[in-house]
Amino acid sequence: MSSATVTTPLPRQALYLAWRSVLRTARQPIIIVPPLVFPLFLLAINASGLDAATSIPGFPADSYVAFALAFPFIQGSIFATNTAGTNIAEDIGTGFFNRLSLTPMRGSSLLVGQLTGVLLIGTLQAVAFLGIGLAAGVEIESGVAGALVLFVLSLAICAAFGTIGLFAGLRTGSGEAVQGLFPLMFILLFLSSAALPRDLIAQDWFQTVATINPVSYLIEGLRSLIITGWDGEALALAFGVALAIFAAGLAGSTAALRERLVRT
Amino acid sequence: MESRDANALSNGDRSTAARDNGIEVEGLVREFKKGPRAVDGIDLSVSRGEIYGFLGPNGAGKSTTVHMLTTLLPPTAGTARVGGHDIIREGAAVRDVIGVALQEAALDLLLTGREHMRLQGGLHGLSPTEIKRRGDALLERVGLAEAADRRVGGYSGGMKRRLDLALALVHEPSILFLDEPTTGLDVQSRAAMWDEVARLSNEQGVTVFLTTQYLEEADSLADRVGIIDLGRIVAEGTPEALKAEIGRPSVEAAPADPGDGERLAAVLERFGERTPAAPDQVAVRLSDGTQELAGVVRALDAEGLRIGNLELHAPSLDDVFLTKTGRRLEGAGEEEETGEHVLEPVPA
Repeated sequence: MSSATVTTPLPRQALYLAWRSVLRTARQPIIIVPPLVFPLFLLAINASGLDAATSIPGFPADSYVAFALAFPFIQGSIFATNTAGTNIAEDIGTGFFNRLSLTPMRGSSLLVGQLTGVLLIGTLQAVAFLGIGLAAGVEIESGVAGALVLFVLSLAICAAFGTIGLFAGLRTGSGEAVQGLFPLMFILLFLSSAALPRDLIAQDWFQTVATINPVSYLIEGLRSLIITGWDGEALALAFGVALAIFAAGLAGSTAALRERLVRT
Repeated sequence: MESRDANALSNGDRSTAARDNGIEVEGLVREFKKGPRAVDGIDLSVSRGEIYGFLGPNGAGKSTTVHMLTTLLPPTAGTARVGGHDIIREGAAVRDVIGVALQEAALDLLLTGREHMRLQGGLHGLSPTEIKRRGDALLERVGLAEAADRRVGGYSGGMKRRLDLALALVHEPSILFLDEPTTGLDVQSRAAMWDEVARLSNEQGVTVFLTTQYLEEADSLADRVGIIDLGRIVAEGTPEALKAEIGRPSVEAAPADPGDGERLAAVLERFGERTPAAPDQVAVRLSDGTQELAGVVRALDAEGLRIGNLELHAPSLDDVFLTKTGRRLEGAGEEEETGEHVLEPVPA
């Protein structure tokens, strides 16, 4: 026998790992359905319970559904954190990670591959949330081009949160630890401008927290496309925050992966 | 190493072995925090095409050694070359020439056997055509052709092990590491695995480093055996040579009345020196071989000793382990895990 191995180009490795990630995702309804159903469920509750908020002077939309439609995009992205982190933690726990480590796999391919599965869910979510919003009568003020930007921004947010999940999964190697992040992320979501515009939040401390909470800027960027039209500042902040989270998550994941891939 | 057999290689031969798709290990050590040395300065050498059986109880250091040799775990000290490549400085080159099936058949339960092949082959840089050709051939060879498109979650333990072996071979490695490949398998699956490992070595010249806690596996499959205990190699050689080192058979008996142990020992000691035995039993290595068995029976009868159990043991690798460590191989791991080293004293 002779060794036939050649160094696989990074995109090809990433493609194989992404293919696996997509297969795994597609074969686990349990990780596809909750990110689709729960955000819509919460949207329905919020829209029915907080509809009266539209009569508050200065409220920026006539329809609370339109105002709150950004909420499920973010909530769905939080599920992405969970999915990405638990998948990699499971690979570490089962020893599959060792199998991958014994191939010429590069760490960056693994990260790209795992994130691809997350983006698949993100795509399904974006299509579902947007479609249901439109069916509920929401008009996208920024038009078709705005809907496309909304789509891109939601995927960027998914990828950003996905890297946080990857970091947690790689760092701890424990699915339970990754799932422990979920409530924390939810707290961040509820302490943001998700339910009301920041200038209409009556409690000072809440307004302060919402202002320093990066999730507010992600929501406001998405929301601006739906209810305002083209708001360059909101979009720049949203993309900037998503990019910053992605960069920090990726740096953390890369470092954790390097530590985890202790192969010589 | 306390003992090396006559077949042990000289330093010059070792280097040749490593260059020639073999394995060469010198003074390999692995320490873990707050623990003893899992591997405590082992030396070994495996030649091309050889099946080397690494035998020892649970916790002896077998898997830690495999993890170091396959580059998954950096050694604390010592050196090793696998296929001519240094495991510390040339990890990627080592991984290129080795195939590995670790103790747990780490498979993705959501993927099919064929999808595993595609992933493994793809990461090793094989073209899609090669992946299909080799994947189909390997799946056929390990008897998984019909199950290839079923998800691994539905495979039996034996099927998972066979798929694991096939995956380890997809890039046609010249050296194969198998970490307890038959643990937990039924007799039939175990035999099939042995056949395949023997075929790889005999027909394709693959060097096999096989860890096992099964005496029979090491005895029947390995060209040479290294016996490891508490991180140290305590004996090494061909199974025949190791057993020949022990030499004579032993007889082991248990009195029907446990109170007769000393009387039983006194009778048996007329026929040879005491050796360690199971609790409540007495064993001696027969000075003149099996021909003394009739005399033993007559002597016991003459003394009026009622015997509950009487066994004649041809020398086995377990005897080798017993002689070198004072313990039987079977059960030794459990003793280590509980921290209770209940050793049968070896009479002076």
